[in-house]
Amino acid sequence: MEIALVGLVTLFFAVALYLILSKSIIRMLLGVVVLGNAVHLLIFTIGRLTTEIPPIIPAGTYVPLEGSANPLPQALILTAIVISFALFAFLLVLGYRAYEELDADNTDNMRLAEPEDAPRPPFSY
Amino acid sequence: MGPSLDFSIALIAIAPFVAALFAPWIKHFTGQLAGWILAIVPLSIFIMLLGFIEPVSGNNVVVAALPWIPSYGIEFSFFVDGLSLVFGLLISGIGTFIVIYSGGYLAGHPHHGRFFSYILMFMGSMLGLVLADNIFTLFVFWELTSITSFLLIGFDHSRQAARRAAIQALVVTGGGGLLLLAGLILLSTMTGQNSLTGLLATAGLAQSHGAYIIALLLVIGGAFAKSAQFPLHFWLPNAMEAPTPVSAFLHSATMVKAGVYLLARMNPVLGGTEPWFWILTLFGGVTLLLGGALAIRQTDLKQMLAYTTLGSLGLLVLLIGVGTKEAILGAILYLCAHSLFKGAMFMIAGTIDHGTGTRDITALGGLREKMPITFIAALLSVISMAGFPIALGFLAKEEMYLAMTMGLWPDLLFLAVLIVGNSLMMAVGLLIALKPFLGALKPTPYKPHEGSLSLYSGPVVLSVLGVIAGLFTGWINANVLNPTGASIYNQAVDASVYLGFPITEPKVWASIATWILGGVLFWKAEAVRGALRRAGNAIGWTFDIGFDATMFGLVRLADGVTRFLHHGKLEWYTLVMFVVLALTLYLPMLITGTAPSIPDFPILTFYEWGALLFAVIGLAAVLVAKTRLVAIVALGIQGFAVAVIFLLFGAPDLIWTQFMVETLSVVILALVMTRLHLDQRDHREPALALRDGVVSLAAATGFAFVLLSVLQTDLDLTLTRLFEATSAPVAHGRNIVNVILVDYRAVDTLGEISVVMAAGLAILALIRLRAKPARKPSTPRARRNA
Repeated sequence: MEIALVGLVTLFFAVALYLILSKSIIRMLLGVVVLGNAVHLLIFTIGRLTTEIPPIIPAGTYVPLEGSANPLPQALILTAIVISFALFAFLLVLGYRAYEELDADNTDNMRLAEPEDAPRPPFSY
Repeated sequence: MGPSLDFSIALIAIAPFVAALFAPWIKHFTGQLAGWILAIVPLSIFIMLLGFIEPVSGNNVVVAALPWIPSYGIEFSFFVDGLSLVFGLLISGIGTFIVIYSGGYLAGHPHHGRFFSYILMFMGSMLGLVLADNIFTLFVFWELTSITSFLLIGFDHSRQAARRAAIQALVVTGGGGLLLLAGLILLSTMTGQNSLTGLLATAGLAQSHGAYIIALLLVIGGAFAKSAQFPLHFWLPNAMEAPTPVSAFLHSATMVKAGVYLLARMNPVLGGTEPWFWILTLFGGVTLLLGGALAIRQTDLKQMLAYTTLGSLGLLVLLIGVGTKEAILGAILYLCAHSLFKGAMFMIAGTIDHGTGTRDITALGGLREKMPITFIAALLSVISMAGFPIALGFLAKEEMYLAMTMGLWPDLLFLAVLIVGNSLMMAVGLLIALKPFLGALKPTPYKPHEGSLSLYSGPVVLSVLGVIAGLFTGWINANVLNPTGASIYNQAVDASVYLGFPITEPKVWASIATWILGGVLFWKAEAVRGALRRAGNAIGWTFDIGFDATMFGLVRLADGVTRFLHHGKLEWYTLVMFVVLALTLYLPMLITGTAPSIPDFPILTFYEWGALLFAVIGLAAVLVAKTRLVAIVALGIQGFAVAVIFLLFGAPDLIWTQFMVETLSVVILALVMTRLHLDQRDHREPALALRDGVVSLAAATGFAFVLLSVLQTDLDLTLTRLFEATSAPVAHGRNIVNVILVDYRAVDTLGEISVVMAAGLAILALIRLRAKPARKPSTPRARRNA
């Protein structure tokens, strides 16, 4: 299954990067969400896969069952999911406000910081 | 006798910097007296240096070293020998009068205190430069003189011409400094020596080294830039934009002499070869003639002096290049004479400017009765400048003519160059010393008046010294020429300069020829000036214009590069990033040849296939969705598919978080997107889609290879085992993932919560805060009524 997940991770990355390369803000946003999932799956796969036994210590014992899942990547991913959600929400509002202010969702039309007719440098001392 | 230790040398280089720190306050509290008070610093240095005359005349070298970067053999070290002593005395001695003079000259200037700081820092840099032993210490002070002279030349920074002159001086001399650094590093690797004393001890080693010519060119490049040798001469006349005390200091004894100092210092290490001889004599000779000719073309007193300084520097470089004993002694004598008369002349020009309001020689005349003391100082200076008997300048000229009358070729050529150059400079000197003072009084912007004591004390003392020094040839031989000559020559020198007029010797006839030619040029100055101006106009191009073209070309280039890199097209920035990302993923594998082996096709259960298919469908739908709502829903599909994969492999905590986050994302996206009127589809030309697709796929495959490589190694489970073993007994939690989050990595989780909170606040701010329409300012009354 790990090998199959390698293929899936590749697909997730490819789709995410392709979407981010778009000129449309909303597509880039979708790309960021997919990129988050790609990274989560990557971390998950690196931690190796075990089937169905969660890393929970049964009542009455002090160690988890033999063959239970690796808890470390899960903890990392849990943090990552929340952070990437916060990032997504922020970017979404940022894109929304940019659309309102600049009336554009195409990055080609967002030239406030790097205007096309930027003045030439002065030729004097 | 070995070198003796004396740390007061280091103090000499550092004291002016300390004084510079306090100068503005001293100026603030003592007002007009500040010049006199601050002059105590260079004066004490001068007196301290006088104390070194005795040991140095006995051919002793005094050193002082402090460790700096010992691992690279870089020390903060200083030493005093004949050459450094002469320069140190000139710098501190003339510096004393410059500080006094600037106290009077700049009186009432709003930044007078700052000026004192700059000039003292400059003095400290110069002293450090001539006293430095370690070549890297020397370089640091070398660049410090560039920086401090930048501040001084651009002192009057509200004028564009001053700013331009300052930048020009910094670019030329600072750039030369970089050449010098390269040359010094090369010298250090060639000889294994990091100090001047070490280089002098191994003199002769570098000349036979294969890289000699490169080191030579680099060091000469640095020296020529500093000493304004043709074709890097153009910055020096422009530097006249500085206040006159600065010009008097920089262009008499200091800044421009730094290059001469370096060449003299390197004579034993790099000199005595054919390239050294020809480069120095050729460029020195051209600079001498060019400086003399351009000087006579000017009508501004300071410009005239600036160009004669060029000529004098060329002359010194020529003499060092010739390198015979007589030429070196002539150079030392001329160096001292020039520092004295040029310092005095510049201060006189400044006093005339100060007293009349103009520096144009054609607008000046008849000042002899209005400014008698200045007139006398000017006459005394020109005696030395023209090389009339008993003055120091006379001794210098006799000695250099003696050096050129020892053989035929190329000595006679140099003799001719020297005679022409000297007579040109003599004519300019006579013009400056006589023209403004003789004839009928001409109307000037101010009513002409003599300067104050602080203005004329410097010129008087320096010019008197320059004249009467010729009477003390015995003392000069023993205490100046012998030790300095020994430094430049790297072996004991027995100087026998005497004040005489042996009519049978050719050197005297060369002097007489100089006087006659100089007199004629002075007589016909107007005609000569006119002819030279016509010639200059005919050429129409100067190195100064070339400098502007170079600088603006650089600005244009920088602008072009910026526009090329910062084109403002976001998708190109991203594309470049992803290409680099792909390269970083592939290159290590390609370089080390550690690509993972390609695994067999996996065998999966049907529900595993189902989950994968679910995810692929979601991804594909996001890509091809025709409307944004479909795309958003499809985004939810792939998110849920990921949750299902977590479910299949024992991660219950992840499932719920993932489900919640994905649901929320879809809901929020849908809410926001329905408010916008966006383009429905991803418009990409097929070619662009192909380009983006290839780059994305390439980067993604890179991740796949990295992941495969990781999977084909053993997983280090140390941490996992620790958490599993301690979770229940120590942390008292059964859900290990939760224990990790709230216990083992609690601070991390706190950071995570903070990030979410910050994002929430930022979102709130973005939504709530809008640019308010400008309101009329409310009056207090209106607010009360409201």
